[in-house]
Amino acid sequence: MTEAIATDRNDPAAASAEEAIRVEDLHKSFGNLEVLKGVNMSAKKGDVVAIIGGSGSGKSTMLRCINFLETPTSGRIVIGGEEIAMRADGSPASRKQIERVRSRLGMVFQAFNLWTHRTLIENVTEVPVHVLGVPKAEAHDRAMALLERVGLAEKAATYPAFLSGGQQQRAAIARALAIDPSVMLFDEPTSALDPELVGEVLTVIRDLAAEGRTMLLVTHEMKFAREVSDHVIYLFEGRIEEQGPPEAVFGAPKSERLKQFLKSVA
Amino acid sequence: MITLRSLLVPHRIAMMAVFAALVLWCAYALRWDWIPKYAPLAAEGIWRTIWILAVTSVLGFLLAIPLGLAQAIGPWYLAAPARTFCTIIRGTPLLLQIWLLYYGLGSLFPQYPWIRESELWPYLRQAWPYAVLALTLSYAGYEGEVMRGAFSGVARGQIEAAQAFGMPRFTMFRRIWLPQAIQNALPTLGGETILQLKATPLVATIAIVESYAVASRVRQDTFIVYEPLLLLAVVYMVIAGILAYGFRKLEQRVPVKGH
Repeated sequence: MTEAIATDRNDPAAASAEEAIRVEDLHKSFGNLEVLKGVNMSAKKGDVVAIIGGSGSGKSTMLRCINFLETPTSGRIVIGGEEIAMRADGSPASRKQIERVRSRLGMVFQAFNLWTHRTLIENVTEVPVHVLGVPKAEAHDRAMALLERVGLAEKAATYPAFLSGGQQQRAAIARALAIDPSVMLFDEPTSALDPELVGEVLTVIRDLAAEGRTMLLVTHEMKFAREVSDHVIYLFEGRIEEQGPPEAVFGAPKSERLKQFLKSVA
Repeated sequence: MITLRSLLVPHRIAMMAVFAALVLWCAYALRWDWIPKYAPLAAEGIWRTIWILAVTSVLGFLLAIPLGLAQAIGPWYLAAPARTFCTIIRGTPLLLQIWLLYYGLGSLFPQYPWIRESELWPYLRQAWPYAVLALTLSYAGYEGEVMRGAFSGVARGQIEAAQAFGMPRFTMFRRIWLPQAIQNALPTLGGETILQLKATPLVATIAIVESYAVASRVRQDTFIVYEPLLLLAVVYMVIAGILAYGFRKLEQRVPVKGH
């Protein structure tokens, strides 16, 4: 294990005002299995970064390390110029800090993870009202506008179990947007969906990309990644094997492994 | 769903006729002349049954939450005592627990002058604090086990979603984890509360005059045996029915697909 940095010192030289996320030398092991072997990446505000790779390449783990749903083994995570203070074991040193940082990151899960005991509108207002302290009426109006936007306004009073996967995922995106996130994190948002439901979710994500939201998108949808992203990262066995603009990564891959991978998913 | 149409089928009409005949027979053939004299006492007894049930279920459930949580995620020094408590409570007869508290604790206290002189003494001399304590601990022991399973049964993703949005731990517990655990546990809790209702007559053995004790009093005074017991059965069934209905309403607050 490399030495973990346990300071809240920010690095002004590296952190420009435009930087949304920076990951430095990120390692993550589960027991003896090293899943991430030193990943470096950064995203500027407004960037859409697609993270692709085979199963077990560490792409979901990397995304989950950014908001510390997984505890990194070592490395640095800097979000909006603020480095997340880590203990020697990689866990966040300050609960206050990690909660504050998380409440600005809009996470969308593969399995949606809408709160099953709350209606859609309650799911969307939950964090604004009970974490961010937004007045109820204001949160409700904003939530309705967001549900409207993802085409679910008429389902506002419905419980998640009564919705299709596509509808649930669109609601989950509305829930993430409700906190007005500085970065959206998508963890394979269409992988759990029936094929005919993928399109409606991608449409919503495409709109977000078009309006200039900063997004990290772990995905298996190669065509979609090529279409919406500014930057593509290909992970192989816990390392960045190749990265670059989508035209280069998809159009003229250099690495043999990436060529193989693109052939296998085509 | 029960509709008038669904009731008006031959076998149900026959059953209802038999039931009506039974009720009529009971009303005419049995002795009910003792009722007016004992009605005030019976009302008091029923009321006592209800409040003992309510107080011990609510307090017991409040205890069951930390007991379940300690067993589900607590460190060993919290989990082990919680598990031991639940095992002992569930492994011994409630009657024994009531007697141990009433005759054991109840006869230990007067030996200490400072307890006898304390403000609490007028209460500690009575039987009901021991009854309430025993029934509360019993409910807590059973429901602690139920809540352990209910807490563990909440899907990981539900908790993760709360964490991912920076929800502080207590908010997450109060808003997401606990309500979902209770929702999971409601069908079991409903049944257990009815069991708790039917356990309340045991406190009659330490001289608390609740519904069952009133029926016994009628029998001793008048030598009428069956009628008070029949009425008592009806009383318990009505309370149990109300409980079942209430719990079903609570369950339905979050609709489940396919129902």
